[in-house]
Amino acid sequence: MTDSKYFTTTKKGEIFELKAELNSDKKEKKKEAVKKVIASMTVGKDVSALFPDVVNCMQTDNLELKKLVYLYLMNYAKSQPDMAIMAVNTFVKDCEDPNPLIRALAVRTMGCIRVDKITEYLCEPLRKCLKDEDPYVRKTAAVCVAKLHDINAQLVEDQGFLDTLKDLISDSNPMVVANAVAALSEIAESHPNSNLLDLNPQTINKLLTALNECTEWGQIFILDCLANYTPRDDRESQSICERVTPRLSHANSAVVLSAVKVLMKFMEMLPKDLDYYGTLLKKLAPPLVTLLSAEPELQYVALRNINLIVQKRPEILKHEMKVFFVKYNDPIYVKLEKLDIMIRLASQANIAQVLAELKEYATEVDVDFVRKAVRAIGRCAIKVEQSAERCVSTLLDLIQTKVNYVVQEAIVVIKDIFRKYPNKYESVIATLCENLDSLDEPEARAAMIWIVGEYAERIDNADELLESFLEGFHDESTQVQLQLLTAIVKLFLKKPTETQELVQQVLSLATQDSDNPDLRDRGYIYWRLLSTDPVAAKEVVLAEKPLISEETDLIEPTLLEELICHIGTLASVYHKPPSAFVEGSRGVQHRRIPPRAGSVESAESPDVGQSGSSEAPPAVIPSQGDLLGDLLNLDLAPPTSTVPSVQPSMQMGAMDLLGGGLDSLLGGDIGGSPSMGAGLGAAPTVMPAALGGAPAVGGGLGDLFDLGGGVGMPTGFYVVPKTMWLPAMKAKGLEISGTFARRGGIIQMDMSLTNKAMSVMTDFAIQFNRNSFGMAPAGPLQVLTPLSPNQTIDVSLPLSTNGPVMKMEPLNNLQVAVKNNIDVFYFSCQFPLSLLFVEDGKMERQVFLATWKDIPNDNEAQFQIKDVHLNSDAASNKLQGSNIFTIAKRTVEGQDMLYQSIKLTNSIWVLAEMRVQTGNPNYTLSIKCRAPEVCQFVYQCYEMVLKN
Amino acid sequence: MIGGLFIYNHKGEVLISRVYRDDIGRNAVDAFRVNVIHARQQVRSPVTNIARTSFFHVKRSNIWLAAVTKQNVNAAMVFEFLYKMCDVMTAYFGKISEENIKNNFVLIYELLDEILDFGYPQNSETGALKTFITQQGIKGQTKEEQSQITSQVTGQIGWRREGIKYRRNELFLDVLESVNLLMSPQGQVLSAHVSGRVVMKSYLSGMPECKFGMNDKIVIDKQGKGGTTDEAAGKSSGKQSIAIDDCTFHQCVRLSKFDSERSISFIPPDGEYELMRYRTTKDIILPFRVIPLVREVGRTKLEVKVVIKSNFKPSLLAQKIEVRIPTPLNTSGVQVICMKGKAKYKASENAIVWKIKRMAGMKESQISAEIELLPTNDKKKWARPPISMNFEVPFAPSGLKVRYLKVFESKLNYSDHDVIKWVRYIGRSGIYETRC
Repeated sequence: MTDSKYFTTTKKGEIFELKAELNSDKKEKKKEAVKKVIASMTVGKDVSALFPDVVNCMQTDNLELKKLVYLYLMNYAKSQPDMAIMAVNTFVKDCEDPNPLIRALAVRTMGCIRVDKITEYLCEPLRKCLKDEDPYVRKTAAVCVAKLHDINAQLVEDQGFLDTLKDLISDSNPMVVANAVAALSEIAESHPNSNLLDLNPQTINKLLTALNECTEWGQIFILDCLANYTPRDDRESQSICERVTPRLSHANSAVVLSAVKVLMKFMEMLPKDLDYYGTLLKKLAPPLVTLLSAEPELQYVALRNINLIVQKRPEILKHEMKVFFVKYNDPIYVKLEKLDIMIRLASQANIAQVLAELKEYATEVDVDFVRKAVRAIGRCAIKVEQSAERCVSTLLDLIQTKVNYVVQEAIVVIKDIFRKYPNKYESVIATLCENLDSLDEPEARAAMIWIVGEYAERIDNADELLESFLEGFHDESTQVQLQLLTAIVKLFLKKPTETQELVQQVLSLATQDSDNPDLRDRGYIYWRLLSTDPVAAKEVVLAEKPLISEETDLIEPTLLEELICHIGTLASVYHKPPSAFVEGSRGVQHRRIPPRAGSVESAESPDVGQSGSSEAPPAVIPSQGDLLGDLLNLDLAPPTSTVPSVQPSMQMGAMDLLGGGLDSLLGGDIGGSPSMGAGLGAAPTVMPAALGGAPAVGGGLGDLFDLGGGVGMPTGFYVVPKTMWLPAMKAKGLEISGTFARRGGIIQMDMSLTNKAMSVMTDFAIQFNRNSFGMAPAGPLQVLTPLSPNQTIDVSLPLSTNGPVMKMEPLNNLQVAVKNNIDVFYFSCQFPLSLLFVEDGKMERQVFLATWKDIPNDNEAQFQIKDVHLNSDAASNKLQGSNIFTIAKRTVEGQDMLYQSIKLTNSIWVLAEMRVQTGNPNYTLSIKCRAPEVCQFVYQCYEMVLKN
Repeated sequence: MIGGLFIYNHKGEVLISRVYRDDIGRNAVDAFRVNVIHARQQVRSPVTNIARTSFFHVKRSNIWLAAVTKQNVNAAMVFEFLYKMCDVMTAYFGKISEENIKNNFVLIYELLDEILDFGYPQNSETGALKTFITQQGIKGQTKEEQSQITSQVTGQIGWRREGIKYRRNELFLDVLESVNLLMSPQGQVLSAHVSGRVVMKSYLSGMPECKFGMNDKIVIDKQGKGGTTDEAAGKSSGKQSIAIDDCTFHQCVRLSKFDSERSISFIPPDGEYELMRYRTTKDIILPFRVIPLVREVGRTKLEVKVVIKSNFKPSLLAQKIEVRIPTPLNTSGVQVICMKGKAKYKASENAIVWKIKRMAGMKESQISAEIELLPTNDKKKWARPPISMNFEVPFAPSGLKVRYLKVFESKLNYSDHDVIKWVRYIGRSGIYETRC
């Protein structure tokens, strides 16, 4: 006999018939009828009219029938509250049944009947069942408390059920413990302030014991609950970790992921130098890899979580790149996630392999996947500088395939590559322009327009290209319109003569014919700029852009921390905090990783450690409804800070006071171009002072030079002792001090990098802003090993002078951006001009004479060098060491006249006449140069060399 | 927690609908049907959020199982539960099909009531469930029987019931491995790994305590160091030991004991179950080597020669060997000659399929084919997909060996020696590819 026939009744008057059957005397017939009712209910028919008849069947000793009736009750009780009362008696009676299965069934069903009138009748039976002798009844009753709480929270509290539930945590049966923990965790979530889950070392110990004994599901409840606990100290957290690690070998992936969550959270508290810490890191990788051989849906959940774990602790999986390679028959959602992780793990060591794979993927069938693969190639280029060239050529190959979406995607990423490596790959522009007509997606069109505008001076027909876009201006998307407007203004500023008409046209299109306020505003601003001050316009529109950083899609650190605390859950799948997708008060609690005891972090934020029990910590994470608050926060609190919003500004102030002298010395350096200032963002209070204080800095630095004792090299190039360039507190723990030297004709930047943070720093890179003499790193910053906490490493960076040139103020100012795995940091420093004095700077006498006469006297500057106790020959020797060459010496009336020449790397000659009077410690120096700005700095070099 | 559980047929008609939480309404059933089952596009994610309600789904043949929630549930747990649900249903009534589900809907509701309470998964071991969810009623049970059931369902050993008796105590161990390979045309191994499972069928009386031992490198090395026994034996077994990258166990295995002593001890469920899974990547025995040779003769002809060599003891026989040689899309005709087995060009699959029933170790065989191509003006070159292979061999390519499986049952009078034990090794090809 099969049950499927129940699904097929479609007769009219069916309800009527059923009614008759339900009231039949024959048990079998009754049961048949109830089955039919349930089948109708399943397919969505309304059978509530049969309520009294079905409830009448409840009084039976046939358990199967009873269960069916209960199922019906749960569905319809709410719609027939008055009739539902009829069922109460049966429940009360069943709760006293000698058969524990029946008792449990009654208490389980009771909680599912959401009728207020009934709930109060159920308290007494529930109380009894919570103390039942049979564990099966107790574990069911524990869940029933959570059900009741969902219906009437007040009632549960008043009846003291919560305390009974808490007692069940100490129950002898592991499953009762697990269900009690689950129920309490859920109730606690809706009462963030209550001290319900009062976790202390004793209860934790009980939970850890039950963990070994209960079902796989129970283990998940317990592990998820443990994750909310904050251990007192690192010893406690180590001992918990030790007892949780065996779970990593469980066959149930959810147990593994929940164990990973506990470990990821608690290991934060362990000292990094502990042996156990390293062991734990090693233990985490294999189970995570094993998760990838689970069913595809679980793989997806695992991959979303691995994505978070890789961002938090890249070291765990850095050698496991291969397991994330996409398999041909992976479902698309697994493929896309694997791709994401591949990019995150890409490094110089494995980039060749990754690129080969990505190229393979770019020829697959699924459009989204192909697009993402192309985008990934671009991201590799930006992330791993050494691979940039190969990535670009791979992208060019892909453009040659002429597959429309591949071409468009490639152009979008090439734009990013240009933003990262300006002036390096412009040779490909011609190829890109060939594909102009095939672009139909806004993002690709916008990217292409940006490229044309940015490199307008190198594209002969830039005006024609942009004009072609202009024809359908109003049909374009806003993104394209804005980009087109900017690009044409750039073009105009670069080639003003030929493009006046074009710019007029676009400005009027944007301002007069458009309804879009953003477009109009931008149009007006350009218009006004161009009409009032074209020079200023040039400075604004063509200003140096900050380089894009490699990982633009990293999850914001506070959110990442919260998500790490939600490993395994939906939040970790969506990469959103629970408040973003859970309604009501549930799950809005923000979780955070406890800091290490005694670490700097804990000193900063006294409110940690209460995350489970106290009020939810202030929301730093932008929740959806909180946009306005977030905007307001923006000025006060830098988004990178993990402390609540009020504190940072206060701390800034404090830091400023403390760092007083140091800050005013170095603070000035931060000024720089406005764009850099904005990028810095972290020190709003320092900014104004810094800008104003700039002139003073030179002097201050000079003083430093004075002080720096006479170590140096006696005959060679004089090296200034290292000075602090970047204090640790401005760079999240990275401290940089350094100096410059010229050795064997090569300029070198000698730096000491110190890690004063708690975590390892890796992936260092350096870049200079344009500067007066085109100094640029000649190679990558060679920091081969990761920089562990409290470690200092000395590096020498060779510099070239072939970089882009822009006049700086002061002239010898150098703005530097240093990047590591944590962030990008900016500082500026000043180099002694003598760095640029080249070895072949000795001029022919005749030429010297002629040049000296040739340079107008207005360009001559005179200086006094005081307190030099050297005779003229010694001085001349000393200066020669720094490539200041004495061409001739004349003695007139006891005065030695030294004629000297200097050549700078950019072939500017500086001529000098130094007068030394025997017995007088003060020298007189006259400097003549076609670029008089340098005189001051040349004088400083003299002063520096002679006095050391 | 899980708010509701729905089962649909391929048309999106509801077969089972069980709601556990008040926040899940009837409209959730329809939302999933409209947005996922009837969606025009291929499914892009196993987790879907529709109007702040999250749907987790898995598919078995053409049946959809969906779990619904409005909370931040443990997503891994939900999927594990759905798989478990499928296992339980299969154990009760066989294949998951529309017909079977309709025929057993009352049973399914009863199961759903038992294994999911207020959305919290409860004991879902079929062994335990079958003792009291029977569709026959539980009228005849004595009080003792009832409490035995409840203590088993909630107890520490939820997967096994007391009082099992067999006249003959017997157990079967199957070591099932799938070996995966990606090889370059020059014969260089690009990646290779074995994923293995130890499946056990136990027919043992009482509550036997079992201990499983294999040639795990860590264990053998430890013994070699600690033991003062025969050094030569230690050495030779040390050679045969294998490095296991990672392993996971059935919930009956005492994990803390494995973590501390690396010993595998457990009380097994009755009947068939999967004791452990493992992965290895080192020193894998690759049963077959494929040597491809592809030559393009002009624009309209390809010559393919593939040699396969078996690389294991000559006394062993590999079975079900199949070599799949991809052909270009513009293939117009194929001529094949093979020394052994049968080969056919399958136009619909764009491949030459070469099948050999049996092949002994240390042998080699060869196929050569001439492929005629239609001239095309497609600029894109043929991507040359890898040659793949399927086979089955009677040994474990990882080198894993079962050293012992000891059975102790102190209460009943049978000893380890009385148990009849069978061990079988089967190595199958996973993704076994050679680029050409």
